[in-house]
Amino acid sequence: MFDTALTWNDLAFLAQGAGMTLAVTAVAVTAGTVLGILFGVIRFQIGPYWSAPLTLLLDVFRSVPLLIQLVLGNAFQSIAKLGWGAFTTSGVVLSLYTAAFCAEIVRGGISSVPVTTRRAARSLGMTWWQDMRYIVAPLATRVSLPSWIGLTLGVMKDSALVLWLGLVELLRASQILVTRLQEPLFILLICGAIYFLLSFPVARLGGYLEKRWSPND
Amino acid sequence: MIEIENVRKSFSSLEVLKGIDLTVEKGEVVTIIGGSGSGKSTLLTCINGLEPIDSGRIVIDGTDVHAKSTDLNRLRRKVGIVFQQWNAFPHLTVLENVMLAPRKVLGLSKDKAEEIAVKQLTHVGLGEKLKVYPNRMSGGQQQRMAIARALAMSPEYMLFDEVTSALDPMLVGEVLDTLKMLAEEGMTMICVTHEMTFARDVSDRVAFFHQGIMAEIGTPDQIFASPQNPETQKFLASVR
Amino acid sequence: MFNYTFHWNQALRALPQMLDGAVVTLQVAVLSMVIGVACAIALTVFRLSGSRILGGIAATWVEVARNTPALFQIYMAHFGLGNFGIHLSPYTALLVGIAFNNAGYLAENFRGALKAIPDTQTRAGRSLGMTSLQAFRLIVLPQMLRVAFLPATNQMVWAILMTSLGVTVGMNTDLAGITQELNARSFRTFEFFALAAVIYYLIAKAVTLAARGFAWRMFRY
Repeated sequence: MFDTALTWNDLAFLAQGAGMTLAVTAVAVTAGTVLGILFGVIRFQIGPYWSAPLTLLLDVFRSVPLLIQLVLGNAFQSIAKLGWGAFTTSGVVLSLYTAAFCAEIVRGGISSVPVTTRRAARSLGMTWWQDMRYIVAPLATRVSLPSWIGLTLGVMKDSALVLWLGLVELLRASQILVTRLQEPLFILLICGAIYFLLSFPVARLGGYLEKRWSPND
Repeated sequence: MIEIENVRKSFSSLEVLKGIDLTVEKGEVVTIIGGSGSGKSTLLTCINGLEPIDSGRIVIDGTDVHAKSTDLNRLRRKVGIVFQQWNAFPHLTVLENVMLAPRKVLGLSKDKAEEIAVKQLTHVGLGEKLKVYPNRMSGGQQQRMAIARALAMSPEYMLFDEVTSALDPMLVGEVLDTLKMLAEEGMTMICVTHEMTFARDVSDRVAFFHQGIMAEIGTPDQIFASPQNPETQKFLASVR
Repeated sequence: MFNYTFHWNQALRALPQMLDGAVVTLQVAVLSMVIGVACAIALTVFRLSGSRILGGIAATWVEVARNTPALFQIYMAHFGLGNFGIHLSPYTALLVGIAFNNAGYLAENFRGALKAIPDTQTRAGRSLGMTSLQAFRLIVLPQMLRVAFLPATNQMVWAILMTSLGVTVGMNTDLAGITQELNARSFRTFEFFALAAVIYYLIAKAVTLAARGFAWRMFRY
């Protein structure tokens, strides 16, 4: 069908790259979500005035290109003699990047819980923590989940940029094959198809949840 | 004159109008009452061609509304309609809401359109609200604006589709007063309404719709004091 | 503590050069938005056309743009099109890649905006004797613009951030590209890129603020 020099070994190489993409994404989304929830709760809890420095910091992570952040992160770890490898550096930078977006989602989720509902919980004698755990968390999760899925997919796609630090993830693996085999279109199409297959079903799920859980259902 | 002859209309398998006959003379005020799902609102949207009909004829001053050759946009200038939901254009001020159609549809100059709009808005008691955006006004005010918007096209007929149903009880009066004023000025009107007092006070004739059929029609006295049809009696008993 | 001497002066001396780069960055972003909006309008029309083929093209474009990395899209423009004998310069490849991405996201935005305007608005317009085109142009479109405006400005900010990806395909005239060249000559990576980060941040904020101001003046209801 296709006259190609691509071998099974090369496909395995691409699959390895895809594995790296998923690994970086998993690290970033896990750590980023934990941090994001922390930052989001803090921002909501202490109010806009006291959280201004945190807000500004998170805003920087959202307004500076990720590529620049990766380069800066790498330069920083080298200056501070932390001795981090490309994977660790990428993981740390992507986690902070994810956390910055996640904090916004979490804050939005918490503020979507009506004050009256929370007052009802507290009036039943629940502590702040119980209110958070049994009332706010379930309601806020519902509101936030579609955006969080969107964020996860965004991080997966943005993780392609870690190739700049030398990590061989999916796109970099494809690029290496392109250089060797000189079949750019075919190999890139495979690469794109893999990204698409990873992203599209999850994106559909997010869209479905959003529709199903929209407030006026 | 609006002549409605044996009009039938279905939405998929549900027949909402099962052969309606009704003639409304120039200067007449006809109100249509009836339970929900009786087809009364559908009839209004069919009269100005917003909904097609399945069979029968609706003729306005000799023009068949649903004939292929009829220019509906031209016809609608003659027949104004106001809906339950007033559908204010939120991106335009009150004045601009009313000026838009006279300018763009009738092709009037800006000054002329403004003159008409100010006149109509003053007429419905919104002379002070010209530069306000609709979302800053109450539902009653927005509904009066919608009435002025329709009147600015100088229609010969006005259709009112439950114009007070979506309003807070407090605001119903101001809109009904506006309708009464129009009726007294001799406007030809067909009003679908749930306001029985209004129907009794303002109408020349009252029609009772039941399950897609015009069960009874007569003067307000006939309908409200001595209804003949058992369904009419049941309905009036239920709303009292 | 860090046993490293920061040389900020060196970076500051390069500021004029970097600001020239920032102009190119902004230029690419603006152009990509103009092309993106035009394509997104076409895609929206395709989707509404009822034609299977046009609808299919639009759906494919939108889903590919949204489900693959922007960097992949730029690579496709730069390397992928080479198969057809089309060799784009880094500048053009970057522009094409970002414009493709913008169009996909904006088309989705336009669709949402269109859905957000209730049919009753069109009906109200038609009942005043407007043609369907008049009702769309005078009533639906202005309201749509308001709904679509904020997401579109977010896309503009994304476009600015995406321009930094040009450096991976050899772009050397925009802010990221110039910073990378300065860095390659001096190895003062942290200083140069920190300055670049500040400039990117300020551009992003300026665009956001300008858009807010514009929206505030335009959409007064």
